[in-house]
Amino acid sequence: MAEFVMPKLGADMSAGTLTCWRKKVGDVVRRGDIIAEVETEKGNIDVEVFADGTIEEFLIAPGEKVPVGTVLALIRQHGQPPEPAPTIARPAAATSPETAETRPSRPKIVPGQRAAPKTLERLAISPAARRLARELGVDPATVTGTGHGGAITREDIEQAAASKTTASAQPPPEANAPPALRAARIRQTIAAAMSRSKREIPHYYLSTTIDMHRAIEWLSEENARRPVAERILYGAIVLKAVALALDEVPELNATWENGQVVLKKQIHVGVAIALRQGGLVAPALHDTDKLALGELMRRMRDLVNRTRAGSLRSSEMSDPTITVTSLGEQGVDAVYGVIYPPQVAMVGVGKIVERPWCAGGKVVPRRVVTVTLAADHRVSDGHRGGIFLAALDRLLQEPDKL
Amino acid sequence: MNRQQIQETVLDVLGQIAPEADPRSLDPKVSLRDQLDIDSMDFLNFLIALDKQLQVDIPERDYGRLMTLDACVDYLLARQTVNRTGG
Repeated sequence: MAEFVMPKLGADMSAGTLTCWRKKVGDVVRRGDIIAEVETEKGNIDVEVFADGTIEEFLIAPGEKVPVGTVLALIRQHGQPPEPAPTIARPAAATSPETAETRPSRPKIVPGQRAAPKTLERLAISPAARRLARELGVDPATVTGTGHGGAITREDIEQAAASKTTASAQPPPEANAPPALRAARIRQTIAAAMSRSKREIPHYYLSTTIDMHRAIEWLSEENARRPVAERILYGAIVLKAVALALDEVPELNATWENGQVVLKKQIHVGVAIALRQGGLVAPALHDTDKLALGELMRRMRDLVNRTRAGSLRSSEMSDPTITVTSLGEQGVDAVYGVIYPPQVAMVGVGKIVERPWCAGGKVVPRRVVTVTLAADHRVSDGHRGGIFLAALDRLLQEPDKL
Repeated sequence: MNRQQIQETVLDVLGQIAPEADPRSLDPKVSLRDQLDIDSMDFLNFLIALDKQLQVDIPERDYGRLMTLDACVDYLLARQTVNRTGG
């Protein structure tokens, strides 16, 4: 039996509200199917399932807010007989006494994530600490106790409140929240993620100016042949070049989890997208390195449009392995990014500007762009970051090969 | 389509791209990008919608002629006539 759990849709998400089920009990689902809709600070997210099978049972009803990792549904994998499903309320018959004692009911193991948070009933927490938690807007289920027998102390609560603004500190999500409220929540999410980034990640910054002459010429010729709906924006070229440059410096395509680097095989470049109501979201463009430019552009347009319409898929929220932010449209020469944890690098793209440029002993006008890299010094060094930017430059000089 | 109809179509499309803005309050002589905070993706969506509704394919080299509401309507009106006489 496979478990479908409340996914973690961002570094600082601790809980989510199930808005609705998109499938019924008995429905056959395949990996990647959208099974539910979850309300988060960033809007309603279509959540995908990660197993093939038949939906056996729903354990959570729409409208309920539950911690990340909570089992929402059970999926009978094909080839398995139907079986009486254990539920959250009725702790599973333990496979061994050890698991029963050391883990909360229905443990869930997801690589790189903590096990499901303790349920409130099982928490060892004093009334005073619980009251403080309520005042400070901390969900005790997300706090690790340091007191006697793992009990949660007032200090633990204070520390949790000080160290992170979790989702639980925010007003309870409501479906169809007014734009102002949604904007305020997005602001809080960004605040939490960026504070964590600047607190935990030792950033280093590099910058280089890249000649865009060839890329722009090539793109104009290419676009002259394409009907308007298939035209390519230069941002798509940069995304592809970033994805390919990662091949030379794979440690930038990674996450930092539990004190160590986790290299990612697949390249899912996060695209920072500004929202009209304020704030931004950086969902993943899956397998960026493998997409032909036309297809990459189509998906990027779809991703931007869906982000602004508020209908992203869960994997797009949780998957980015590196992020690209571009502020050139606002007339900014260069942008130095704040890395989105748990990622370890962010590429910043400025405005394409015409500048005097020396080539072949002459000064000529050239369109150039300043590209920066903000990277996590725990994972890579400036030398490797430099190799990445050099590779990016080289790739952009041969746009027809992208 | 006459000038008035083209203008209505343009305003409708802009309204879809910038739902929080009131396209009817636009200054027709000031840059659309500046007034509506639209980026290159919004602009591309704008062109795709115009292409769909007016059957006017706008080549990339003409993008600079669509910067204000007035310029946009002038361009589309002329382009429509060219297309009709041409086809």
